[in-house]
Amino acid sequence: MLVYFASLVLLLITAFWTTDPFTTQVVQFWNTDNFQTIFNEPTYRTIVGRTVLIAAAVTATDAVLAFPFAYFMARVASRRVQTLLFAAVLLPLWASYLARVYAWILILNHDGLLNWSLQSIGLPPANIGYTNVAMWLVFSYIWLPFMIIPTYAALERVPESLVEAASDLGARRWRVIRDVVLPLALPGVVAGSIFTFSLTLGDYITPILVGGAGSSLIGTVVYSNVGIANNIPFAAAMAMVPVAIMGVYLLIAQRLGAFEAL
Amino acid sequence: MEGFWTRLVLQVWVALVLAFLFIPIVLILVYAFNTSNIQSWPIPGLTLKWFSSTWADSEVRRSLGLSLEVALGATALALILGSLAALAIHRMTWFGREAVSLLFVLPLALPGIVTGIALNAAFSFGGIPLSTLTVVVGHTTFCIVVVYNNVLARLRRTQGSLVEAAMDLGANGFRVFRDITLPLISTSVVAGAMLAFALSFDEVIVTTFTAGAQNTLPLWIFGAIRLGQRLPEVNVVVSFVILVTIVPVLIAARLTGGGGTARIPAAR
Repeated sequence: MLVYFASLVLLLITAFWTTDPFTTQVVQFWNTDNFQTIFNEPTYRTIVGRTVLIAAAVTATDAVLAFPFAYFMARVASRRVQTLLFAAVLLPLWASYLARVYAWILILNHDGLLNWSLQSIGLPPANIGYTNVAMWLVFSYIWLPFMIIPTYAALERVPESLVEAASDLGARRWRVIRDVVLPLALPGVVAGSIFTFSLTLGDYITPILVGGAGSSLIGTVVYSNVGIANNIPFAAAMAMVPVAIMGVYLLIAQRLGAFEAL
Repeated sequence: MEGFWTRLVLQVWVALVLAFLFIPIVLILVYAFNTSNIQSWPIPGLTLKWFSSTWADSEVRRSLGLSLEVALGATALALILGSLAALAIHRMTWFGREAVSLLFVLPLALPGIVTGIALNAAFSFGGIPLSTLTVVVGHTTFCIVVVYNNVLARLRRTQGSLVEAAMDLGANGFRVFRDITLPLISTSVVAGAMLAFALSFDEVIVTTFTAGAQNTLPLWIFGAIRLGQRLPEVNVVVSFVILVTIVPVLIAARLTGGGGTARIPAAR
């Protein structure tokens, strides 16, 4: 643990150093050049913007997909079905991450399952492989269980008595969901969004494997600066961007009471 | 409470989401038996030939060996450190206990890339060359957390009265630990270890930043997919990894009665 925290602190310090462009040696000299580059260079601004946009789209998609599913699990399904569905959500979560990304490469492939299905129902093929759309789809797929589980946990805890009281007072079903269930389940959805958002911000595997030429995310930049360019101080500064974004996000989430739902 | 139509719509929705979750996984398992070496759908026929050619591939075998070595090493370290930490946090009421328990969860809450690059920076700062050992240390950071979480959850649910009764009957500290505490937490320790193993075996991000020239199995898969090479072998290896990661989780779920496997994002 000590090693881990020492490393984290060191990372923060490293972000303020520079790499000598001629010798590629790390120069231990305090400056904010790395952060200035990130803020001023349009390329990096675009990348940060794109990352946040995709993270937001993924979070919204997962929330929409997860809510009715979790609602069914928590409030409609029998005990047995509930257990089965819970297991069905957990299994893909643990099944190898790389395997699941790879599966989507095969599906979105030009001769893959998607185009075959489209053709068999008489639609033109969709070529979304290696695009931002593919990234959005794959991220939504990979992180979906992380959204379902906390949403389900929050919906489970909505007291039946409140729902009954609202119905007794004459509220229609949709009104009950909108005014009673949804506000009470919101912390769960926000808790799930912490995962979907943070995981998308730091990922580089999915962008490299299913993204196209113009699909660099923050994670990709960090990865290529460590591996290829060997500019560790810059990579460290870039890695601080998701940490900062998540810091702000967590503060908002805390306001919304998401921590009790974790 | 819900009317017929609402139920129907919800059921269809659940079925669609389940299909979305499982079709890709089933598809991978089917592709492993693909006769053609071109990955297109529908596959022309079924064969077992890629299994033997993958097994014969020395590079795959070396990566598998390294992955097992790392996963076992990290699990063993996490088992000891995670259990001890949980016991310490549970038993003691010293100042800063809450803060420490929060710190333990951090490696799972931060994106894996942050953990990875932090360790990478620390190793290069300390002049430690990247090796199998550094990968083990990297994996241990997040493996500790699953063991710790599982053991602590079990400790919180067990009554302190059992320990007190044993002490009243004259058992010394070691005896209490051996005869009371250890049997109580043993299944949770094993469950934690299973989860740690599954996490480590499939980890890519922290591995990328802490490995030198070595390739673990996930790194091999990543490289092969990226280059689009030897995809028939990738299909087989990936199916194998799915099984290796799911089986320990099922065992863990058995041992803890389902709780504890609802993992917080693993270091990735």
